Amino acid sequence: MADDHIIDLRHVSKRFGDKTILDDINLYIRKGEFVTLLGPSGCGKTTTLRLISGFLAPDEGEILLDGKDISAIPPYKRPFNTVFQRYALFPHLDVYDNIAFGLKLQKVPQDEIEKRVKRVLKLVSMSDYEDRDVESLSGGQQQRVAIARALVNQPKILLLDEPLAALDLKMRKDMQIELKEMHKKLGITFIYVTHDQEEALTLSDTIVVMNEGKIQQIGTPIDIYNEPVNCFVADFIGESNILKGRMIRDRRVAFLKHEFDCVDEGFGEDVPVDVVVRPEDIYFTTDPAKCQFTATVKSCTFKGVHYEMFVDTDKGYELMIQDYDPYPVGSEVMLYIDPDDIQVMHKERTRNVFDGKMVDETHVEIMDGVFECLPQEGIAAGDPVRAVIRFEDVDLLDNQEDGVVAGEVHFLLYKGDHYHLTILTDEGYHIWVDTNDIWDKGDLVGVNIAPKDIKLEKRDEA
Amino acid sequence: MKRSHWSIPYVVFMAIFVVLPLVLILVYAFQDGNGHFTFSNITRFFSDSDALGTFAVSIEVAIENTLICILLGYPAAWILANRELNRSAVTIILFIMPMWINALMRTLATAELFNMLGITLGKGTLLFGMVYDYLPFMIYPIYNVLAKMDKSYAEAAQDLGATPWKVFWKVTVPLSMPGVSSGVLMVFMPTVSTFAISEFLTNNKIKLFGTIIQENINSSMWNYGAALALIMLIIIGVTSLFSDERKEAEGALI
Amino acid sequence: MKKFFAQAYLWLLLLLLYAPLVFIAIFSFTESKVLGNWTGFSTRLYANLFTGNMQGSSSLLAAVQNTLLIALAAAILSTLLGTVAAVGIHNLRGRSKQAVTFVNNIPMINPDVITGVSLFLLFVFLHFSQGFLTVILAHVTFGTPYVVLSVLPKLSQMNPNIYEAALDLGATPSQALRKVLIPQLKPGMISGFILAFTMSLDDFAVTFFTRGTIGLDTLSTFIYTDARKGGLTPELRPLMTLIFLLILVLLAVINLRQEKLKQLHKA
Repeated sequence: MADDHIIDLRHVSKRFGDKTILDDINLYIRKGEFVTLLGPSGCGKTTTLRLISGFLAPDEGEILLDGKDISAIPPYKRPFNTVFQRYALFPHLDVYDNIAFGLKLQKVPQDEIEKRVKRVLKLVSMSDYEDRDVESLSGGQQQRVAIARALVNQPKILLLDEPLAALDLKMRKDMQIELKEMHKKLGITFIYVTHDQEEALTLSDTIVVMNEGKIQQIGTPIDIYNEPVNCFVADFIGESNILKGRMIRDRRVAFLKHEFDCVDEGFGEDVPVDVVVRPEDIYFTTDPAKCQFTATVKSCTFKGVHYEMFVDTDKGYELMIQDYDPYPVGSEVMLYIDPDDIQVMHKERTRNVFDGKMVDETHVEIMDGVFECLPQEGIAAGDPVRAVIRFEDVDLLDNQEDGVVAGEVHFLLYKGDHYHLTILTDEGYHIWVDTNDIWDKGDLVGVNIAPKDIKLEKRDEA
Repeated sequence: MKRSHWSIPYVVFMAIFVVLPLVLILVYAFQDGNGHFTFSNITRFFSDSDALGTFAVSIEVAIENTLICILLGYPAAWILANRELNRSAVTIILFIMPMWINALMRTLATAELFNMLGITLGKGTLLFGMVYDYLPFMIYPIYNVLAKMDKSYAEAAQDLGATPWKVFWKVTVPLSMPGVSSGVLMVFMPTVSTFAISEFLTNNKIKLFGTIIQENINSSMWNYGAALALIMLIIIGVTSLFSDERKEAEGALI
Repeated sequence: MKKFFAQAYLWLLLLLLYAPLVFIAIFSFTESKVLGNWTGFSTRLYANLFTGNMQGSSSLLAAVQNTLLIALAAAILSTLLGTVAAVGIHNLRGRSKQAVTFVNNIPMINPDVITGVSLFLLFVFLHFSQGFLTVILAHVTFGTPYVVLSVLPKLSQMNPNIYEAALDLGATPSQALRKVLIPQLKPGMISGFILAFTMSLDDFAVTFFTRGTIGLDTLSTFIYTDARKGGLTPELRPLMTLIFLLILVLLAVINLRQEKLKQLHKA
């Protein structure tokens, strides 16, 4: 372990009932760093924060502070302080007594308390508010008091749980700047939880992107934005065009049914990949020599600084492009992408694979449902099998009752010419589906698979 | 220790002082004096013309009382909740206050007033006294619902072309039904079950059902008394199926 | 015009509602034994009440004392039991929460006669000799649900992070309870206490069935026996008048305080 680590999470897992909230989290945080845990709601970011603050205990793994395990230390003895979601100011105490609460418990002398409260009120620009009733303060002012109440105890780490979520946009922007300045001035470690990617990019030294209880990527804001490691990160951070592609060889990739030069190596030859191109990285040109592909402009919307356009490419893909200049709807345009701006990612999976069991000659049980399949040679009823189903072979139905298993659309990505959906079944299985139909997140669907599309092979029972 | 475990002492307390006593009513109702199982207490009620008569009178008085309370109380609640017609918090307090004064005391005061005015005590004075006792319990829940009602419902109805009269009947009244039904619960059952009050108001001429229960228990006829209590419990069960808002209304007294 | 009729209706109803009370109050200022017979203005009955030198039954003062003692004891016990219970119920989930709140509502829905008779049978069944203690237990039974219902909303209004915020700032769990949780619940506990206290003062039926045969009287049971004997003890008139006034003042104070709090919040 390096000396500059203040917090280490090692193989940390947390379950509530039979639901896994955190799955083998490994993470270290350096002294003085501004680290943001970023992800959609339910991704485990707040749970991670609560494990560090001590309000929850991990089921597995350990949490180290300066190299020492702190799992036995109750929250009130840990040298951290938290700024809570919706502040959690004590409504029966005024501003001064809220801030002095921790110091009074430590039996700090009266005049010392007064000095420190004054100092920290000045830091959050709330001098002269000492005697105010906290419920009479605006959201932004309550926020400042909450920060002051945490900072006055001089914690080693300040934990912030979506502290700006309840503020309006303008206030949020101002507070972001102030938080950043406070961090610089104080030099202590900040661990910040948010679902707002822009906030994370603005504030952080390091971003930890989380989803479904797992860490997706750790990196600087620039790394995370420019080099997302998977579709989830690419989609979650900023706008992006995510496309199905194929690595032809090192530095050469095919997507949009064209070939492009790129800078990525080491994927192997003729390997399916995902490609990310940010909308601002697709350039218009009038020079036929530079043109890599053409497209028709379908829509053009002014967004303040730039124009956002949707175009249909010559080979039938839809792309989003951002540019400072507008192009009229219906016009033919020539486009190109710099090799630097093409981010190639390993495909996490290329097809659905389920372990199951033959029920009889023409039925197989997978995902706790019994699907019809073609008669299989050499596989008897009761044999354990592995079923392989291509993404495009899964049928989704409007009525949950019509499917063999029921589920809901959990996550969806547009990949230029089709949607890639993650379906979470009622029994807790994930199925990935490629479809041209339009679904929304949260739609309830029935899942069916045609018998001919279920490829089965015998499996050794481990 | 989990925080939910804090409910354990109270759960134990309620098991002994709420659930067990109700079970005992059931047990005693089906026992004879020697502790043997019997239906005779129940059958006795149906052949006891005195008890049946009292029962019928009680239900009749309760229905009349409830109706009069609604007729007098609804307009009062509506006026109290209407900002344009009544701004004073004092009138509201004055309407609530009688709920806080011992019903027996108020009843005796009423009976004495009738006596002084030379009015003969009987059915009429009984109804008057009952209305007097229970009117606040009808006004308060209706007032509560009306006062909390979102004004935009009425405005939306007007916007859609309803006259003020139509707004009242098609929007205000239906939306205030929860208040009326909790008012009914707070008036109807207590009327049936009061004892002492009816005797004082009628100079012992009219007895209500509660009195019969009390008389049997007091003369050590516990089993028959328990059977009568059980019959009343069944009626309560049936009426509270229609509304469970009495608790909310009572809980919101302060 | 509309407003005039509306106000006239309200005041007419109030006049009817208060006529008996006013009647009692007026005749509390005359000495006659029989109510309704004006024998000239006098404050003797009030004086008797405080000197204890009564025209009527002198056990009235003992009854008043019992009433207050029982109400105080029952309200304190209900508040303690109900507050702890509310914290527990607030943290229960699903079926068990439903079940406990359902049973909690029973004493409020049941008519007093049923509560009284059922508790009477309980004490008979347990061979528990009836007296002060059984009356207090009975009053705790119907008083606690009101405390639970007054404290529960305070718990759900409370920011769920507040307890953790106190721990986070270095308070031990017991310090967090004393310095943060209880101050938050206090308004609910006070309302609950007042409700339980007045319910107890008000009660007649439950006391009647659970007081046993040792001659324990509260104000209600005293009035009941007194009235059945024919002719109320004259000193009851000033006593009732004083109680009316006390309750009026109490209610006004509580309501005005709430109005003030509301306005503070708006500001």
